[in-house]
Amino acid sequence: MIRVVLPPHLRTLARVEREVTLEVEGPVTQRSVLDALEARYPMLRGTIRDHVTQRRRPFVRFFACEEDLSHESPDAPLPDAVATGAESF
Amino acid sequence: MSRVRVLVGTRKGAFVLEADGKRDRWDVSGPHFGGWEMYHLKGSPADPSRLYASQATSWFGQLIQRSDDGGKTWEPVGNQFVYDGATGTHLWYDGTPHPWEFARVWHLEPSPTDPDTVYAGVEDAALFRSTDGGKTWRELPGLRTHESAPCWQPGAGGMCLHTILLDPSDPERIFIAISSAGTFRSDDAGTTWRPINRGLVSEQIPNPTAEVGHCVHRIAMHRSRPGVLFMQKHWDVMRSDDAGESWHEISGNLPSDFGFPIDVHAHEPETIYVVPIKSDSEHYPPEGKLRVYRSRTGGHEWEALTKGLPQRDCYVNVLRDAMAVDALDACGVYFGTTGGQVYASADAGDSWTPIVRDLPAVLSVEVQTLP
Repeated sequence: MIRVVLPPHLRTLARVEREVTLEVEGPVTQRSVLDALEARYPMLRGTIRDHVTQRRRPFVRFFACEEDLSHESPDAPLPDAVATGAESF
Repeated sequence: MSRVRVLVGTRKGAFVLEADGKRDRWDVSGPHFGGWEMYHLKGSPADPSRLYASQATSWFGQLIQRSDDGGKTWEPVGNQFVYDGATGTHLWYDGTPHPWEFARVWHLEPSPTDPDTVYAGVEDAALFRSTDGGKTWRELPGLRTHESAPCWQPGAGGMCLHTILLDPSDPERIFIAISSAGTFRSDDAGTTWRPINRGLVSEQIPNPTAEVGHCVHRIAMHRSRPGVLFMQKHWDVMRSDDAGESWHEISGNLPSDFGFPIDVHAHEPETIYVVPIKSDSEHYPPEGKLRVYRSRTGGHEWEALTKGLPQRDCYVNVLRDAMAVDALDACGVYFGTTGGQVYASADAGDSWTPIVRDLPAVLSVEVQTLP
């Protein structure tokens, strides 16, 4: 189970509380987490990453385990603590 | 008794203002989408409960919201605006080629006959259409791929397609305006386009009478006479009596012919309204006096409308999409300011009252007249 904390505007848009939980099949990466997030909450498509290029919108940042992971490859494994649900993404 | 619903887009959310036909007591709801820039909201003429809204921030990009109950509840619909085919380049501010990049939706224009059909004017300038209530959007690429497009250049606010006029008498005819390319017309429902800027004179561009390159701020028509167009250009108020084939200046005795909005009285096609602004470098009213100017003669002769409007120390602006009229017997006129006021006149402009005074900067005002 992956825990994702969304910024306030996206919580309002998706009509969720601060944190959502997702099941991710296979490797836990930025891409797989965002794929699962957008599948569950389709209204978030285009707000975090571009519809076509799938690149992170410039002002959006990805944090986990007190690290800024925004510039990591979208296919790089996220920290184990995120993959196990101990820490949120 | 008829009612009116005023849809207000601001820098930090949307507001819905409603009153009965007297228009003296208003219910205000909002902010809807608080914290987001709401460039434009507009209702479907075919189904007044159907509203469309353009919602954006530079953080999270573009969203389109749809309401099917007159603005009480909203649902996000499609927000994928992808240019059709190779995007090509236009000119950047420094004169170098710059690839077309989608930034935001400036204007939404619902079809007069089909609630599910709506047009979107976007930055960088292009026209999109949805025929499924906003779920999916397709570009009408004939405009962006016009032979003049590589020479289009942004105005100070970006290269935006900000005005869409659908000819009520001819479903094949569409007028649009782009800052700062000018005005274009399609006679085949948006497939092909041609510039209609003959008669415009813009001293700010290398060739003041060029076919394209004019910073048109707004065009307006009266639905009973779709061949007569009125224009507020960067400088100059203009008129065309031949569907844009040629334009002539009607600025007359205005204290300044710079401004942004222009609109037409609901029942008097020769009565038009503008809000003079001091200059292109000083975006506030001349002499600190907020005055709407009305011409009852289709231009040239203008009268200042001041009753109820601040006549000293007023330095707000009125943006291009921030004026509208209702269709009640005594035509109501409405406009919003960058200072957050929305003013209403229930007597065609003779007197004004603020409906609200302290909203975020107003980007757009539209009015629905409801049974």
